[in-house]
Amino acid sequence: MSDIKKISGSEAVVKCLIAEGVEIIYGYPGGAIMPVYDELYKYEDKIHHVLTRHEQGATHSAQGFARISGKVGVAIATSGPGATNLVTGLADAQIDSTPMVCITGQVASNLLGSDAFQETDIVGISTPVTKWNHQVTKASDIPKVLAKAFYIAKSGRPGPVLIDITKDAQFEMFDFKYSKVTGIRSYKPVPKLDNTNLSLAADLINKSLKPMIVWGQGVILSEAEKEFKDFVEKTGIPAAWTIMGVSAIPTSHPLNVGMVGMHGNYAPNMLTNECDLLIAIGMRFDDRVTGNLDKYAKQAKIIHFEIDPAEINKNVKVDIPVLGDAKESLTKILPLLKSRKHNNWLSDFKKLYDIEYDSVIKDDLFPTKEGLTMGEVLKEINIFTKGDAAIVSDVGQHQMIACRYAEFNKSRSNITSGGLGTMGFALPAAIGAKMACPEREVVAVIGDGGYQMTIQELGTIFQSKVPVKIVVLNNSFLGMVRQWQQLFFEKRYASTELVNPDFTAIAKAYYIKSKKVTKREELSSAVEEMIKSKDSFFLEVVVEKESNVFPMIPSGASVSEIRLK
Amino acid sequence: MEKEVKTFTVSIYTENNIGLLNRISAIFQRRHINIDSLNSSASEIEGVYRFTILINVTEVQIKKIIGQIDKQIEVIKAYYHNEDDTVYQESCLFKIKSSLLFDDRQIQNIIKDSNARIVTVNKEFFVLEKSGRRKEIDSLYSKLNEYGILQFVRSGAIAITKEPMNISDILSDFKN
Repeated sequence: MSDIKKISGSEAVVKCLIAEGVEIIYGYPGGAIMPVYDELYKYEDKIHHVLTRHEQGATHSAQGFARISGKVGVAIATSGPGATNLVTGLADAQIDSTPMVCITGQVASNLLGSDAFQETDIVGISTPVTKWNHQVTKASDIPKVLAKAFYIAKSGRPGPVLIDITKDAQFEMFDFKYSKVTGIRSYKPVPKLDNTNLSLAADLINKSLKPMIVWGQGVILSEAEKEFKDFVEKTGIPAAWTIMGVSAIPTSHPLNVGMVGMHGNYAPNMLTNECDLLIAIGMRFDDRVTGNLDKYAKQAKIIHFEIDPAEINKNVKVDIPVLGDAKESLTKILPLLKSRKHNNWLSDFKKLYDIEYDSVIKDDLFPTKEGLTMGEVLKEINIFTKGDAAIVSDVGQHQMIACRYAEFNKSRSNITSGGLGTMGFALPAAIGAKMACPEREVVAVIGDGGYQMTIQELGTIFQSKVPVKIVVLNNSFLGMVRQWQQLFFEKRYASTELVNPDFTAIAKAYYIKSKKVTKREELSSAVEEMIKSKDSFFLEVVVEKESNVFPMIPSGASVSEIRLK
Repeated sequence: MEKEVKTFTVSIYTENNIGLLNRISAIFQRRHINIDSLNSSASEIEGVYRFTILINVTEVQIKKIIGQIDKQIEVIKAYYHNEDDTVYQESCLFKIKSSLLFDDRQIQNIIKDSNARIVTVNKEFFVLEKSGRRKEIDSLYSKLNEYGILQFVRSGAIAITKEPMNISDILSDFKN
């Protein structure tokens, strides 16, 4: 007798998710995915489905879940508009290497290509924004395709996968059997470590006089935080981060010299063009990091630790590529490195930090002028969370301020839309992050523009009782665009001024506790009340309308042409 | 050297997967690169398919493109080669009025000299087939064009590389 039992394709979908250890999924029902929802109803003790208010919210929640936990986030939607609403989240997850599996329903296979109701070619549409995608038209393919989906999403350089399942395949009965995928012959998730290049890299590092590290999210994705810290401490090399990499080591670490890129810190940007060796680890030389490539670290030798061969020499020509998983590479290189200190070189960073402090940071964090600054709000959040919170930021001025000033003690704590710059990311992402790590404080920091792009997810927070903290920094402008208009378009504020609703009234309508701060003396106690709240809490802070984020590398300029004002 | 635009032959060994062509062509589309010719066929290995794509780009560009093609899940391996490193052929068909064969004897000489082959003849028209390098086909085209061509079609280029491709090794590595 066989222990195999015939089940439907839709039940198989749920059983596959359970087999992959999925406990929470985010989604929105509809015609073509109804059979799966019917099974989710039956299995609700094993899988918690969170009903978001928009499919885009489901993807960002799944991303937030994945980013804080390292597990694969799962989102589910129906065909047609349900599927197309996933596209922004897929693109975001693709460019920020976030493991996510999206499942969409599709019209029955006999209707494919006929312009049936709610039919859309989501496999065609999502191809450029997925690591892999696939359409299933037979129930018997569901187990192996979903197993493959999870394997691909999580392994190597992570990314999003979309699986489209026709309605007839969801109904079809078949013999279910599940086994995890451990390899695919045409897919090499981690390239073999090149020991020759590893020792060449070690030689360069040992000989360098002014070395500098720039690390990215790769350190976090490969779970190499400890190995990375050992590497930094043994070599004594000043280490700067991209916004995707921050929190891999505590921000208070003495060798942390701050953020690189357009609104990064003064010292690491300036000294990128003075170092003799640039050690890039798990980062991809994004244009927001490098500025003008023709004037980027031309004087330096460059070592690139990277898992994805397609990233080598893509933007910056490197001298020594070290392909492989960062955890393995850093483990293997450590014994080859000399214990060193770079005190003089480090003091160059300190000197430039002091200049930045005097001209930018002091006024951001300890303003004396009347209007509230975004920086002082972050400073208060740091005080009351003691750097233990996960900060989920949206996109724009507040994001740059949050990334610049938030303090982090733990890895996976800075959750933001880095590569795609998706406004509307933060509110749903915070929901996912909080549900993945209920024991952690999760604070969403959002601008008044981006907040209104996914504001309906307040409904999810209310219905699912997710105790996220929401801070809206309201300057009644699309602040970053306004800043550019001020600096580069002679203050022609084309469509950047926002006439906003009463945000606290909206929070109140969703039964979320709320507070609005307009004066400096109210700020500290309001932040304290928010952090101490056991329930979700909405805090609106009205900040200075026309303040700018500095330092700034104007687009097209070199990193060393960074402006302090 | 690396910045000079040249013709490259891209050979991609893949699993047969619906949508893979879309995924590969999207990589060219993103970079605003025109595909000169594209062919998909079976390869020397059972169950493994092969795309042959000709494009005109710089060596700097082709390296980045190959990296992005190679990382697609269902791509087993992607290679690029210079014109000198490959033996490649295109094939074409001409449909021409049969009366021309008798009215103008010169056309028979053109056919003979070009090593073209007559596939079929009837009272109205005949069909001529020619395989070779693009230049040879272009030259035949311009000679015949003087007499009038009813229809013309040319295939994508197919190419064999002079150096070995280690696809079988890659696949057997996976099993071990």
